[in-house]
Amino acid sequence: MATAHSRAAARLMLSPAVILLLGWMIIPLSLTIYFSFLRYNLLMPGQEEWIGFLNYEFFLTDPAFFAALTNTLILVAGVLVITIGGGILLALLLDQPFFGQGIVRILVIAPFFVMPTVSALVWKNMFMNPVNGLFAWVAKLFGLPAFDFLAHAPLASIILIVAWQWLPFATLILLTALQSLDSEQLEASEMDGAPPLSRFRFIILPHLARAITVVILIQTIFLLSIFAEILVTTNGGPGYATTNITFLVYAQSLLQFDVGGGSAGGIVAVILANIVAIFLMRMIGKNLDI
Amino acid sequence: MAREVTTQRKLLVTVLAWAIGLLIFFPILWTILTSFKTEAEAIASPPSFLFFEWTTENYSEVQQRSDYFRHFWNSVVISVGSTLLGLAIAIPAAWSMAFVPSKATRNILMWMLSTKMLPAVGVLIPIYLIFRDTGLLDTRFGLVIVLTLINLPIIVWMLFTYFREIPGEILEAARMDGAELRSEIIYVLVPMAVPGIASTLLLNIILAWNEAFWTLNLTAANAAPLTAFIASYSSPEGLFYAKLSAASTMAIAPILILGWFSQKQLVRGLTFGAVK
Repeated sequence: MATAHSRAAARLMLSPAVILLLGWMIIPLSLTIYFSFLRYNLLMPGQEEWIGFLNYEFFLTDPAFFAALTNTLILVAGVLVITIGGGILLALLLDQPFFGQGIVRILVIAPFFVMPTVSALVWKNMFMNPVNGLFAWVAKLFGLPAFDFLAHAPLASIILIVAWQWLPFATLILLTALQSLDSEQLEASEMDGAPPLSRFRFIILPHLARAITVVILIQTIFLLSIFAEILVTTNGGPGYATTNITFLVYAQSLLQFDVGGGSAGGIVAVILANIVAIFLMRMIGKNLDI
Repeated sequence: MAREVTTQRKLLVTVLAWAIGLLIFFPILWTILTSFKTEAEAIASPPSFLFFEWTTENYSEVQQRSDYFRHFWNSVVISVGSTLLGLAIAIPAAWSMAFVPSKATRNILMWMLSTKMLPAVGVLIPIYLIFRDTGLLDTRFGLVIVLTLINLPIIVWMLFTYFREIPGEILEAARMDGAELRSEIIYVLVPMAVPGIASTLLLNIILAWNEAFWTLNLTAANAAPLTAFIASYSSPEGLFYAKLSAASTMAIAPILILGWFSQKQLVRGLTFGAVK
């Protein structure tokens, strides 16, 4: 039994973390909300004035916003499809007994630990460069003309780079979930003569459902705010071809110094992320037996 | 009973798994190989895979050109500093929630998690302006604060899931024996919690090391860690593959090694205990 004394001590020990996070959430966020209602440009100091929802109106009706929203959705969806599909196949493969399991696992996980700026630059220069990249050389081997990935398929190229970084994460989690599958159930179905495909459909996939949901939700949170990969490869271009919401807000506030407009965009990004977050929180909350 | 596996099938899986594993790892391998080539060899067509003149001059040139060690040191200070500060704040918090849970515990945990979902770009401007006005912009101290705060929810959650598995009776026995709360934590809890704390430490150093939104936006020349150091190679004059590779290899090597040790904890930490 916890005594009143230890209860008070517990509250005291909890308070620094709570106060700090509360401050981190409330102070900047309320400032962002406040700025989003101002005409506020860093190049015109002292001329701030209240303009109501005008920033939101400008931000939401700007064609760049629509492009950025579409790009954000394509980026998130594209990476999710590749990493979940690839992750399931890879997890099924790595779950089989084979020689050198430990080493292969290490090889597969490695991309997750590569910092985003490194992976983006390595892919951009050493693989996708139309003159000196490795892909150009492979194309030449087959007698094909070299393809300028980041100029002609910029968003697809970024999806490829980001998917490479996140495939290990999906694989690792799905593999962990797969290993907790009761093997007797599989054996029983095997003896009943169930073909592999229906074993996958009716036993393995339902078992993985929860892990897949977790992967989708967590990756979505991170993928909505992809930034470094875009900054070092395409800088959002050509045009707005690879600008996502995060990058648009960054460009508006720190490159064009439009604090008001950028803040309105930031709040829009917060609202979008919250829609995903609510589902994720429910998933995790269900698992929390306190 | 384990299922019978034919040798033939095992060999087939081995070949397939190794092929795919190497394919996924190839960009990293290629980067490491290229870092030992001369610039001319790095862009040679057809590319040479192993049979080239190995050189280490790229590494010394990267150090001379852009002072790798200064950025490396910034990365170390920022990632280790923010992790230790985060642990100092999170250990008491996680302890109290795991051993003296109240009705509010669940809500507090969920609320902490929700702060992690706040997109960075939503608070970029105020943080940038506050940092500018308080002189924290482009300082390691400023980044330590920001990274501590963004990783604090993960640290609390990871520690909480580990602490929850420590049986509470042991702590009570210690208390019965007259142990003070402080010594209870230091002598009883800490030794039992060390593995969990170590994994939390490791995972958070990795996350902080690779963090590339705040580190890119809040630093310039002084406090730039390796993420920003590498980003400086994106300008066209920096198009030297061998040097880019050497810089990249040096930026990822420390964390790649740490990461391989922490792969098991990764799942638990990043799914907030939802997948174990």
